Amino acid sequence: MKNHVLRPLYTVIGLVVIVLIVRVFYVPKDFGVHERGYMYGWYRESNIEDWKKFGVKYKFDGDYCSGCHPLNHENIMSSPHAIIPCEDCHGPALGHPDNPAKLAVERSRQHCLRCHARLPYPTSDRANIRGVNPDKHNPDVECVMCHNPHKPSLEGLK
Amino acid sequence: MINRRDFLKNTAIGIAGITLPLAAFEIIRPEKILANMSGTSKTRWVFLVDTYKCVGCGLCVKACKNENEIPYDANVTRTWVERYVITKDGKLHADTPKGARDGFTTSRIELGQGKYEEIRDEDIIKAFFVPKLCNQCENPPCVQVCPVGATYQVPDGVVLVDRKWCIGCGYCIMGCPYGVRFFHPKYHTAEKCNFCYHRITKGLKTACVSACPFGARQIGNLKDPGDPVTKVIMTERVGILKEEYGTKPQVFYLGLDREVK
Amino acid sequence: MTHGELWTIKELFVYPNEYIYWSVQIVMYPFMTGLVAGAFVLSSLYHVFGITQLKEMARFALVFSFALLFAAPMPIVLHLQHPLRGINVFMTPHFTSAIAAFGIVFSTYGAIVASELWFLYRKHFVGIALPLKEKQDKTLFEWFKYLVFCALTLGVYDISEESLHRDEKAIKILAGIGIPVACFLHGYAGFIFGSVKANALWMTPLMPVIFIMSAIVSGIALCMLTYIVTMEIRKFLASRRKAADSRYHQSPGEAASAELGVIRITAKYLLFFLIFAISLELLDFVFRGYTAVKSWDVLRSVIYGKDFINIFLLQYTIGNLIPFILFLIPGLTLRRAVVGVILVMFGVFMMRWNVVIGGQAFSLSFAGYMHYHIPVWPHDWETFKEGVMGALAIFIMPFVLFWFISRIFPVFSHEEAHSEKL
Repeated sequence: MKNHVLRPLYTVIGLVVIVLIVRVFYVPKDFGVHERGYMYGWYRESNIEDWKKFGVKYKFDGDYCSGCHPLNHENIMSSPHAIIPCEDCHGPALGHPDNPAKLAVERSRQHCLRCHARLPYPTSDRANIRGVNPDKHNPDVECVMCHNPHKPSLEGLK
Repeated sequence: MINRRDFLKNTAIGIAGITLPLAAFEIIRPEKILANMSGTSKTRWVFLVDTYKCVGCGLCVKACKNENEIPYDANVTRTWVERYVITKDGKLHADTPKGARDGFTTSRIELGQGKYEEIRDEDIIKAFFVPKLCNQCENPPCVQVCPVGATYQVPDGVVLVDRKWCIGCGYCIMGCPYGVRFFHPKYHTAEKCNFCYHRITKGLKTACVSACPFGARQIGNLKDPGDPVTKVIMTERVGILKEEYGTKPQVFYLGLDREVK
Repeated sequence: MTHGELWTIKELFVYPNEYIYWSVQIVMYPFMTGLVAGAFVLSSLYHVFGITQLKEMARFALVFSFALLFAAPMPIVLHLQHPLRGINVFMTPHFTSAIAAFGIVFSTYGAIVASELWFLYRKHFVGIALPLKEKQDKTLFEWFKYLVFCALTLGVYDISEESLHRDEKAIKILAGIGIPVACFLHGYAGFIFGSVKANALWMTPLMPVIFIMSAIVSGIALCMLTYIVTMEIRKFLASRRKAADSRYHQSPGEAASAELGVIRITAKYLLFFLIFAISLELLDFVFRGYTAVKSWDVLRSVIYGKDFINIFLLQYTIGNLIPFILFLIPGLTLRRAVVGVILVMFGVFMMRWNVVIGGQAFSLSFAGYMHYHIPVWPHDWETFKEGVMGALAIFIMPFVLFWFISRIFPVFSHEEAHSEKL
């Protein structure tokens, strides 16, 4: 009988070998060290593709919208609201007009107040936007009752 | 004469030897790391925020949540807007109600636990909004502390999270000095802004950049000298957040104030 | 609902994604690893440094350390959002992360403890396996037992004087290696926190050392407590047996005095490490206050304000000062020792709490606070594992495991255990 003292060591080595074998089958082949080195670049490479494939929802392309809605587009382009992308109010347009056929338009008072609740903040452009005091300016009425978002100034009043 | 014991032993060793290719031992290969260190990418995504232009409408936050499928009513967000109001007594009042998902529609400052503080207009001496998002740091501490390699930096600088590999330990959330990380309410893995990686790699702008009516947010490629964002960063006075942590953040701010946390 | 939202209350300016993500299970984790490391160091004091007064305690501490070893990773596993992926830590370890090395260090340590136990109990295994081998018509249970103990012998049946002598040598070497590994294991739990540069309260190079010292304190305390309790139960059983069987000789008085001797010696070591732990923590405090860097304003408001009771009353007064006095008063009695060690363990637990929860009590903005409201009665899996009940379950676990493990590794002297078994 040889020295028995090393038996536990053999057992441990056996376990390590098992872990290493499992590792071969478990770890994806493209997992490894990449350009940013071991500290910042230790990853599964196909995950980058996974993220690239993530679905786009917003088109944010005015020309895409004006193709079918030229009048609406023309209207808003002559107003101060021209800077607001269509989808900020009309919602993500991906798939439209096939699916969804109609976009859920945001018409709420709260939506207008995002910019037009008056906040007199020096050193911020917020102070330059024409604002109202939401508690005093027709508090119970939706803004779109009087203002046309595509022609918001007084001339645009319905 | 082979006895049973030796036979079993030899067989076991033999099987282990056959099934264990050398690759099993390969965790790191030094020569590969060295070869990769030079940095070959032609792109380095960076971000530019103009805090003068931001009006705190929160349309960026809304667009981000929709675009990146972050549950709309969950109180976590990849990007948010902070409000800083400094009064004449030198006191700072800051808040970010729901991450500014619904914008700032009142002058009251949120104090948490359902309490608010009224600020009189005439007391305000300085006030502005600061959009925040992941800084895609050059030395991302969140990546350094990930125990399994589930978050990493793409050569173009963006830090991504592998939702299939993340174990959800939360160490990266703890490691980020900017608080941009959280657990995704649905996938239960670490989640963060990735500059809308699916958009920028298709030539689109990020959702927040496109949604901003005021041009307060811009994304660019620092390695392209002709890029307008690069030009601003190179020629104007820009600031970064929490420089003292040594993370080398890549979101640059125009008009940053010392009060910005 | 977002993870963490349920038990976090925000105050003033806190970033929107900030919650108390590391809750009570992460308090339990260093507490439990601390107990493991402490128990092991205690047993090594006998094996390596030959402190013979600790002989009885050493064997017990080692087996208990083994039981704790299985319980220690449980808080982490429970805390993971994807517990089944925990294996990834072994599969693709990212060693720049303090948590990645945990798998390796912890397994190494486990292997050392298991090997040491094997050498210690080899004779016992052979003693059980051999007679069973010879026995002709084994019952199903005996077959099972035979197979288990055969496996446990690892195929070695040599129990000659010479081989047993070699065992002792091996134990001594293993215990010697084990001390630095145990300290490393726990110091490294401290490193997990100390290396987070984003957290102003955690980031200090003293953290690992503080963790080691308090770990040893808590480990010794738990061993003393469990030792006293098991001895008392055995005494109780013995007195009942004595009533039934007059052949039992040892009087309860003798056992009690032997027990008290062991406890008094161990208490001295406890005090020694306690002084170390407190000194380091105070050093940390003094430095933070004196250097008063940017984060000090918010830290001060947490330490002296929001967490004052937790830190100064529960941790330092009840958890450190009172037991310190209890142990220092001459003529330590068992009852006093029990009160003392329970308070010490409570103190160490509060220290972990004040580090883990305290470190998340303030916002990264340094301009707001977060309050932790631990769920008490669970109404779903999440509130169980992140609540009082989950923490209690983790705390009870090593005791249950200890009961099972002590069936295989009898803790008290061999012959007696033998006679109990057969």
